[in-house]
Amino acid sequence: MIRVEDLHKSFGEVKAVQGISFEADNGKITGLLGPNGAGKSTTLRVLYTVLKPDSGSATIDGVDVVTDSLAARARIGTLPHGSGLYPHLTARENIAYYAKLYDMPGEAIDDAVQKVIDQLDINDFADRRTKGFSQGQRTKVSLARSLVHGPQNVILDEPSNGLDVMATRSLRELIRQLKRAGKCVLFSSHVMQEVAALCDEIVIIAEGRVALHDTAEGIRNATGCDDLEDAFVKAIAMVEPAS
Amino acid sequence: MSTIRNVFVKEVTDNFRDRRTLLSALLMGPLFGPILFAFVINLSVKQSLSDASEPLDLPIIGSEHAPNLITYLESNNINIVDGPATREEAIDGVSNGDHDVVVVIPESFGEDLAEMIPATVEVITDQANTQAERETRRATRALREYGQQIAMMRLTLRGVSPMVMRPLNVDEVDVSTPSGRSAILLGMLSYFFIFALLTGGMNLAIDATAGERERGSLEPLLCLPVKRDHLIFGKIMAACLFMAISLSLSLICFHFTLKFMPLQELGMTPNFGPLVVLTAFLLLVPFALVGASLMTLVASFTKSFKEAQTWVSVVLLAPTMPILVVSILMVRPSTALMFVPSLSQHLLLVGLIKNEPLNMMHVAVSVGGTLIIGGLLTWICARLYRREGLLG
Repeated sequence: MIRVEDLHKSFGEVKAVQGISFEADNGKITGLLGPNGAGKSTTLRVLYTVLKPDSGSATIDGVDVVTDSLAARARIGTLPHGSGLYPHLTARENIAYYAKLYDMPGEAIDDAVQKVIDQLDINDFADRRTKGFSQGQRTKVSLARSLVHGPQNVILDEPSNGLDVMATRSLRELIRQLKRAGKCVLFSSHVMQEVAALCDEIVIIAEGRVALHDTAEGIRNATGCDDLEDAFVKAIAMVEPAS
Repeated sequence: MSTIRNVFVKEVTDNFRDRRTLLSALLMGPLFGPILFAFVINLSVKQSLSDASEPLDLPIIGSEHAPNLITYLESNNINIVDGPATREEAIDGVSNGDHDVVVVIPESFGEDLAEMIPATVEVITDQANTQAERETRRATRALREYGQQIAMMRLTLRGVSPMVMRPLNVDEVDVSTPSGRSAILLGMLSYFFIFALLTGGMNLAIDATAGERERGSLEPLLCLPVKRDHLIFGKIMAACLFMAISLSLSLICFHFTLKFMPLQELGMTPNFGPLVVLTAFLLLVPFALVGASLMTLVASFTKSFKEAQTWVSVVLLAPTMPILVVSILMVRPSTALMFVPSLSQHLLLVGLIKNEPLNMMHVAVSVGGTLIIGGLLTWICARLYRREGLLG
């Protein structure tokens, strides 16, 4: 479970996040939806402890990401935006490297790696060096290595970026699998349809604030729009520009 | 600890598969020094040997006016060859590079000599042509010696001892030993070794920092439940390993190439046997920590692989500075100097090649001081990796 409370983060003059709060429950898929530059990535980066918040707090399964960042990181699997692989290592080696750094016991690593390779259906290219992989293949391998230790919480930053239709479909299926396994899945996107198709809860973010937090149905009702895209535009307009 | 080991193993495997790293670690660094060195040595041996032993082909205009002079020159290993016909042609020939040097003997030469008027001999040369310089020097020297012989004969004829012409007898006594002489040239070696060491780890140091950021693999790595200090320690240690490999290859390479260099002909007997190779390795290898951490530090500030390469190349030159200053000022090794990395390694290595006994105090300070500075730089790297601005 992920909980964010009144999070603030500025980069110099730019106020990226100005008081974001939400909860993402186990066994649910929560989508962070917002236009480019709304503060989605900054929020997620605070959650996976690469950034420190100026104020407010965030916890993963009750573990504070600032005061106990190492323990918080151990509870999440992360796919940061534009994740890269090591081109000279095979897909399997890339995944195994992360398994080792997650401090999994040596004898369990091979099995865990094979399991996640099966789960993501990447056996075809598992033993090839990742140099020259397609975007879809790269995303799958990146995802595999962040799931290899079976984390309870999964944070994905724009995972469907650059994926074709087939790859997007299999990614959605995987996210649903994680949900069925009782995991807490939090992912960001700027594509309304994707979020609507997948998420149990939607958090619409604009100007560094939460515009709406509800189910897809609830958002339609709150904005009075039947079309989700219209609802999205209307919800964003609810947040007045900061200046 | 297991994190450091895992990162270390991964970086080493990864970079052993990277052609760029392998090329610089196993080929560029170790071979650059010996090849350049062999080239310089062979060139200087050729220069110094060619002076007297090789015959000089000298075109002379008007050789019929001075038969005695020609005989003298020929007995001094100078071949008289056909050259341009007139003085004007000779000047043209020298200025456009057809001839390096031409000697012109005027018609009046014999007459002037007989009347004891200083007889003119012209040596036509081009001062701007460095290649002609040596031949000109030899021709002028031979002519001057001939003139001196005539002067001595004239004095003797008049009953004056030729010794009046030599009031001073200047005698240089060279106390340098053959190994000592070689040390001047072999002092260059220490830089080659430090250069080889640094190039060996350069690509890895860049790849592990700026490269990792450019590929986008740094952010997911930092999301793992590991201490950032451990990540950076593992990377620096992997760079150290590549540096040590490159250094040892370079030393071994020199051990073999020195055998094929005509150093004895320069009066040098370099002391570079297997034991010296091993000692040199142990003296130089602590510098790897300074090199690896310094390169990692510099590369961490840069935004891309290319930018990192530019700045890290500056680090390649940095160790030359103290060596250069000391070579110019001719400083003797002292304990205080042993605190300066690269300089202390240079001084110890020069002593080693000169066959001087190792000063254990100096060795201890050099190794200890270098490791402390390397540790300090590593610590700064670790601090830098804790900043969130690292991701850029």
